[in-house]
Parts: sequence; C-alpha cells; structure tokens
Amino acid sequence: MRIWRHRLFWPSAALVVLVAVNAIARPQFLRITLQDGELYGALIDILRNSAPLMLVALGMTIVIATRGIDLSVGAVMAVSGAVALTIIDGSGDPGATGTVLVAVVVALLVSLVLGAWNGFLVSALGIQPIVATLVLMLAGRGVALLITGGFITTVNSAPLAYIASGYLTVLPFAFIISVVVITALGLVERRTALGVLTEAVGINPEASRLAGVRSRGIIWGAYMVSGVLAGLAGIIYASNIKAADANAAGFLIELYAILAVVLGGTSLAGGKFSIAGTVIGVLIIQTLDSTILFLGVPSAQSPVFFAFVVVAVVIAQSPRTRNALRALGGARRPRAAASVQDRPKVEVAS
Amino acid sequence: MRKRILAGMALLGSAALVVSGCSSGSDSGSASGDTITVGFAQTGSESGWRSANTESMKAAFSTDNGFDLVFNAADNDPAAQIAAVRSFINQGVDAIVIAPIVEDGWDDVLTEAKDAGIPVVLEDRTVTASEDLYATWVGLDFKLEGEKAGEWAAQTFTEPTKMVVLEGTTGSAPANDRAEGFDAAIAGTPIEKIDSQTGDFTRDGGKSVMEGFLQKYGVDGIDLVYAHNDDMALGAIEAIEAAGATPGEDIKIVSIDAVHDGMQALVDGKINYIVECNPLLGDKAADLVKKVLAGDAVDKRTIVEDQAFDQAAAEEALPDRKY
Repeated sequence: MRIWRHRLFWPSAALVVLVAVNAIARPQFLRITLQDGELYGALIDILRNSAPLMLVALGMTIVIATRGIDLSVGAVMAVSGAVALTIIDGSGDPGATGTVLVAVVVALLVSLVLGAWNGFLVSALGIQPIVATLVLMLAGRGVALLITGGFITTVNSAPLAYIASGYLTVLPFAFIISVVVITALGLVERRTALGVLTEAVGINPEASRLAGVRSRGIIWGAYMVSGVLAGLAGIIYASNIKAADANAAGFLIELYAILAVVLGGTSLAGGKFSIAGTVIGVLIIQTLDSTILFLGVPSAQSPVFFAFVVVAVVIAQSPRTRNALRALGGARRPRAAASVQDRPKVEVAS
Repeated sequence: MRKRILAGMALLGSAALVVSGCSSGSDSGSASGDTITVGFAQTGSESGWRSANTESMKAAFSTDNGFDLVFNAADNDPAAQIAAVRSFINQGVDAIVIAPIVEDGWDDVLTEAKDAGIPVVLEDRTVTASEDLYATWVGLDFKLEGEKAGEWAAQTFTEPTKMVVLEGTTGSAPANDRAEGFDAAIAGTPIEKIDSQTGDFTRDGGKSVMEGFLQKYGVDGIDLVYAHNDDMALGAIEAIEAAGATPGEDIKIVSIDAVHDGMQALVDGKINYIVECNPLLGDKAADLVKKVLAGDAVDKRTIVEDQAFDQAAAEEALPDRKY
C-alpha cells in the first residue's frame, strides 16, 4: 500500500502544509526557545492550548464509534469548571494542593454522573443520542450559571494555575495530560477487545447483540468516558484563565470536536474509528487558529478562511474524490482494487 | 460582554420564566394608589455585566422606593421577550421597561402598549420602531467609551508606539463602536495599530490571541494593548506573564468595562487605564419612569455618562464596587 493511500495521509499532509505556510509567512513560528528550563514557542502554545479540545474530541470519537453523538460536552465543561472553582473559592485555603485536588475530583465525579445520565438516556431508554444529549447541552450551561451566580468566579490558586500553565520538566503539564489520555485510550481500545466491540456496536448494533456483545454497557461506558474527559477539559479551561466563565467555557466546542473527529477520517455513521486521526484533526484546528493570527487574517474574514481550509481537507480525504483524481491521472490499477483496500477490516469481526 | 447565549437554551428556560412572571404579577394590579407597578423585560443573564444590571434594576424598583416590580428574564429569546411584554400589558401594569434583545420586530407589541396607555422605557439597547411608540431610552454610548480610552492613549504615548487590539465579538455594536471611537481619538498620534484580532469578549479568547501576538511580534515588539473589554485584558495579562514580561510596565494595557476583576488588576498595576461601561442604570430608569408617569417631558435619549479610572481612582472606587 502506497503511503498516500493511507487513511491518515491527507489529514497529516494538511497539518504539514499549515505549519509550512506559517513558517514561510513568519519564520519565528517554528522557533522554540528554552526559558528557565521550560520550552516556549508558537508550536508549544498549540500543543498546550489544544488540550481541552483534544480531550473532548477523544471522548467524542468513542461516542461516535458507537453510532452516537455527544452534544453536551461544552455544557459539561462549563459545569465542571464552575463546580471546581466554586469549591476552591469557597474553601479557606485556595492555594493548598489538597483543596485543588478535592475540587478536581468532585468536578470529575459530577462530570461522570452527567455522562452516565447521557448514557442512561441513550442505552437504557433508547432515546436517540442527538436528542438525549441535547437536553444537557441546553440545560447544563444554565446549571453552571446557577452555580457561579451569573458572575465569573475568579480564583487565585497556584496549584490550579499549574494544571493549564505549569510545566512538568520541559513540557507543558496540559500537553502531558493530553498525551496520557491519548495513550491510555489507545491501549484500552486497541490492545484489548474493547475497540473491536465498540466498532461492532457502531456498525450493526442488532447483529452484535445477537453475537453476544453487551452493547448497552459499551454505549453507556462511551458516554461516561466522554463526560469525564469533557469535565477534565473544563478544569483545564478554567485553570488557563484562573476563572470559571460559565458562558464562554466550551462554547460551541461540541461542533469543533465533531469536526476534529471527521477531519481525522472517522465516519459519523459509527463503526471504525481512529484515535490517531482525531489527534491530527485537533492539531489541524488548533494550528488553523494560529494561522489566522500569524497571517493576520482580519476577524471579519477569518471564518471564511477557516471554512475554506476545512472544506479543502474534507474534500481531499473523500475516497470518491481521490478515486476520481486517480482516474483522471490515468491510474494503473483498477478502481475496484482501491476501494476494497479502503473498506474497514472490522466488518469481518462483526 | 453582551454575547448571545445559545439561542436554543432560551426555548427551554423562557417558557418557565414567562409562567413565573405571570403568576407573581397577578395580584399586583390592584395595589394601593401610591405603588407603581412596573414590568421589566430583561434580556437574560448572559454576562456579569448583565447580572449587575439586573441587580441594579431590582434595587431601584424596590418596594421601599414605591415600586412593585414584575421581573422577567427572557434568556435571549426575542419571541419570549415579546410574549413577556404582552403579558405585562394584559396584567395592566403602570409602566414597562424593556432591555431589547434585538432591535427589530417591536412595532406591534409597542403599539399594543401605547393603545393600552402604558408608557414604555427602553434600557441599554434600543429598537428600530418609531420613536412615538416609546417614552424614552436610557443607556450608554460605546463610541464615547472608545474615544475616552483613545484620548488617554493619545496623551500617554508621545513616542512611536506599537499597539495591538483585542476586538470584541465580530459585528457586535460594542466592538464596532469602541473600535471606531478609539481609532478616531488616536488619529494623527505616533500610535501605530500593528495588529487586531477578535477575542470574542472572553478571557480565554483574549489569552490565546495575545499569546499569538507575542509569538508573532515578540515581547519587545508590542508596547500597548487595547482590549474592548476587561475580560480580554485579564486574559492578555496571563499571556504576557507567561511570556516572561510584566503587564502594565513592559506592555501597557487599556480596556473598557470596569468590572470588579478588571479594577483589581488596575489597582495591582497590571492594567493602566479603564473606561467604565456602567451597568447600574436602575436609578436613572426608575427616575425616568416616575417622570413619564407624572407627565413630565423627557428626552428621547438619556445617555448615562461613563467614568474612567487610572490606578489612584481605582483604589478609591474598588471597595464600593458592586460588580
């Protein structure tokens, strides 16, 4: 199989092109310096700032693989941040590591409960995922506003600030959280049967049930994972600005997470999913944000620029476009051979 | 600041709020002659500014001041807000105060209020409907706020200065007017606007845009930041500190709003100048309602003057800051 036929070739190429464009426009984009033993530079900023979207998109990937969707992630982020900062703000000693740990654990538990609620609606009551998660998407932000009393809760706490802005050795701690989650998810989904079972549920829930796959637990678990990861993202978001901003936290992030999953080549129809693809998708979106800034695209035009790049990537990775291009270029192999290669292998497993 | 909440959220929330608005107002129409029953249709609770505005209105229209307030927050759903105003009319309140969510679509319901003989006072935002349909408007001038910030910059920076701008939500009235006013005030000065990008009025937006600017121009390449609101300025402070520079010294900051956290940063010397965007419109609105009901002539537009603060003024004002 040639490299450009690989599923992740086009998303990776798009990412490389974006970085190259930035580097040509402003060479300092690539510059990374060591400041007081901490790496500093535009690329490091991208890795650090991508953490919330990365976590949310990874959870979304698992949910989408089960043929679902989780629209509530932004609201869960807002609730999680509000819970954590209200606890820290209300405690006698906001600067204590113990206080922050308790706040983080409670916020994650609340997020887990919210995820479990989504999972319950979808897997136990059989409500369509888009409807089930819409409930929390609409109501959750209101709950977050209620917790913060409609104001932005600001907290001065060194351990809290460390989560998003601190460094573990030379790398940003937020980026390390991303790496740990990517690795853990990759191991659990790809080194155990869980990944295959998840894909089976997504490709054909009925057939997998008949084959003895406990689809209810798998779907329920997917929403719980998504909830916890969104909660963690909410804590990183709040830590980054040292404040719980219930209106802005995770606003529209559900759509960017879905976009990242799609850019990474995972189908919204469920089934086959790619964690590596989602990681690349998130980095594309985050780099695109920086590109708009580095090229100096005016605010009014930046959504158009964003849309143009996204459309180009989506079209480039569509198998049909690629086949058509190949046919135009006088491909040596027949089209059928290529499309068989593109087909997911997991169908055999289901 | 006036960022729209997810429109859909309103659909769920508004229904319940309209109902509660009705039930709490049912016994107020027949109150004694001295009490003025006022219906207030607020946009929602989308920001700290809005919460402070609501508090101010509730305090001004209190029972002690001779009012009976029927409050409704429409969660940024224009249809729910019009329904709320209509229910005020049906309840037969003495006067109606509206903070319109959108400018358009008010003609019908305002005509109904006029026919019922209920005067309407607009607060904060305005409407496109004909002027005879409402008694008066009370609010702020965003352009003037931008001008005041710009005048400070023009006086402070007499050497060539490189400025970056953190814009508010693209296309919103405060973002447009604050940019226009500021640009007019610094025209002809050695201040050069080297870059400008939207931070969506949020702390996160301000921080990430400022990080990008710092990578693009370096700490030494930026002298001044103009943020369209305090939240973005607070985000920029975080970014400047992370880059190893001192906000307020290495890079000066001027912003608009004067919310509590912003004022604290000004006192701490991290922001250099703040122009207020005063949410405490309650007293002025209550005053106007009384005048209108007494039959006194009032102007169609009442602009509440915004203050401006430097570090010393902020230190004095901060302890009494309500928002």
